[in-house]
Amino acid sequence: MSLDLASEPAEEGAGLSTRWMRLRQGVGDNLPVWGFVTLLLLIWQSADFVFGLPLYVLPPPTVILAKLISSWALLLDNAMVTLVEVLFGFGASVGIGIPLAILIVYSRIFERVAFPLMVSLQTIPKVALTPLLVMWLGYGLMPKITVAFLISFFPIVINSVIGLRSTEREMIFLARSLGASELTTFLKFRLPKALPSIFGGLKIGIGQAIVGATVGEFIAAERGLGYLQLISQVRLDTPLLFAAVVVLSGLGVILFKVVAIVEKLALPWAQLRLED
Amino acid sequence: MGLDHSAALLKTPAADVRGATISLQNVSKRYATLRGDPVLALDKVSLDIGAGEFVSIVGPSGCGKSTLMTLIAGLVSKTSGRILVDGLDVQGPIRGAGVVFQKDVLMEWRNVLRNVLLPVEVRGLEKASHLAKAQDLLRSVGLSGFEERYPAELSGGMRQRVSICRALVQNPALLLMDEPFGALDALTREQMATDLQKMWMRERSTVVFITHSIEEAVLLSDRVVVMSSRPGQIADILEIDMPRPRGAEARKDPRFVASVDAIRRHFMALGILSES
Ligand SMILES: Nc1ncnc2c1ncn2[C@@H]1O[C@H](COP(=O)(O)OP(=O)(O)OP(=O)(O)O)[C@@H](O)[C@H]1O
Ligand SMILES: [Mg+2]
Repeated sequence: MSLDLASEPAEEGAGLSTRWMRLRQGVGDNLPVWGFVTLLLLIWQSADFVFGLPLYVLPPPTVILAKLISSWALLLDNAMVTLVEVLFGFGASVGIGIPLAILIVYSRIFERVAFPLMVSLQTIPKVALTPLLVMWLGYGLMPKITVAFLISFFPIVINSVIGLRSTEREMIFLARSLGASELTTFLKFRLPKALPSIFGGLKIGIGQAIVGATVGEFIAAERGLGYLQLISQVRLDTPLLFAAVVVLSGLGVILFKVVAIVEKLALPWAQLRLED
Repeated sequence: MGLDHSAALLKTPAADVRGATISLQNVSKRYATLRGDPVLALDKVSLDIGAGEFVSIVGPSGCGKSTLMTLIAGLVSKTSGRILVDGLDVQGPIRGAGVVFQKDVLMEWRNVLRNVLLPVEVRGLEKASHLAKAQDLLRSVGLSGFEERYPAELSGGMRQRVSICRALVQNPALLLMDEPFGALDALTREQMATDLQKMWMRERSTVVFITHSIEEAVLLSDRVVVMSSRPGQIADILEIDMPRPRGAEARKDPRFVASVDAIRRHFMALGILSES
């Protein structure tokens, strides 16, 4: 074969200047958002003069910020507790959920029994089980980890199953015609194909795990951000309540970003589809 | 599929004619469907293909061409009849056949070069010589410089060319191609056909080539199999007795014109083509 279609020139040479352009464009694109947020904060800040709202109903952002700074040690201490619960709960979801998804895809029994059962169990509001879990597991970390696990488990399993089932028939044909073993077919064909979907599940799951851990702390706890919120509410310490919300949101954003970065590193090719 | 079940182990590359032989005897294929009533895709098809022969299959959409190919490859099971490849009963996927599927089924997570090298990796073939071969093949289809690109960055025609290289990299004794040039523009298509002919004259592998272009079939083949649909049957087999290599001149050859005409008349008789 000697087809010499002039090979299309690769359009490289993008380099620094494009990256700088993109950065500037990114800031430019976000300008309306930042402007809007600033406006909201300004309105909020002036709310207590304008509407005469007392401090314990809606503390202005500067007060919350001051609280964040003055109580940082307390917040950090409790954030660590919540973080540990989230990580254990999420870790259990990943460690049990992905292998279970593989079993569901490969085993008739799991497909016929476990999967439908799981899908119907998913309709149970998991947080409603928390009081029961506290009764069974006590006041320690366990009930919170369990709620975080239960609530993040389903999106991970379901997304993994969908991903593992998404391999086209022809792709499996290709594997077979190359004499690939079942293990090779899984590792080289099915699993890579499933990874974007699995990461989708992980991204939903990590957010859910935070919800689970916090709700667990609402019900029964001696430490953690959820507990701190509850105490602040009782003491009418609204600035601290807000500060806890801010830290909790920050925790959520950071954990989501970590998953997203791992995804980006693991699946550089999947980014291509997002760019236009 | 274990080793012992795999029917036809195709011969390793040797000089001269090294292609596989294929024998279909009264082969029928019935697909079960979701709605209940099964589809008879192939009805008692008999066909013998000699070692090193180039056979094209033409026929209306849905007449069972792809089914016939996957049956020969041992990827789907026959309903009745006998299929022999190299004299051995096909009971599971035959190994060592190069298969180009109607869809390009590239692995989105591998770059172009690693896609082409997939058969080498899965079958554990020797790396260095096949790497050179892969690069040669990519150059011959006008894709040198694209080795590091991901499939998402390629056009439909480029993707198809990559999947052709993937089938050819292992020097298969049997090449099964399902509309391999379907996504190519007319010029590239003509060039690829010429190149395929050149390669075949050199390698002397057996080729089963499915196409919807009557001219392409006549130009490339020793024999053209014309199929009719519902149920899929062989309507006629035409011998194309013309010297090779057949280039642009061959298209004006009276034998070429007569063969193309004969196939057209078949399709008219079958009601697939109409005069006006
Ligand atoms: N997996 C399947 N399950 C059920 N029916 C199928 C399946 N694959 C093919 N068929 C049916 O078998 C018949 C032949 O299909 P096949 O794909 O072999 O046709 P084809 O000649 O390759 O068509 P085309 O030229 O459009 O690719 C069609 O009627 C199709 O609906
Ligand atoms: Mg087809």
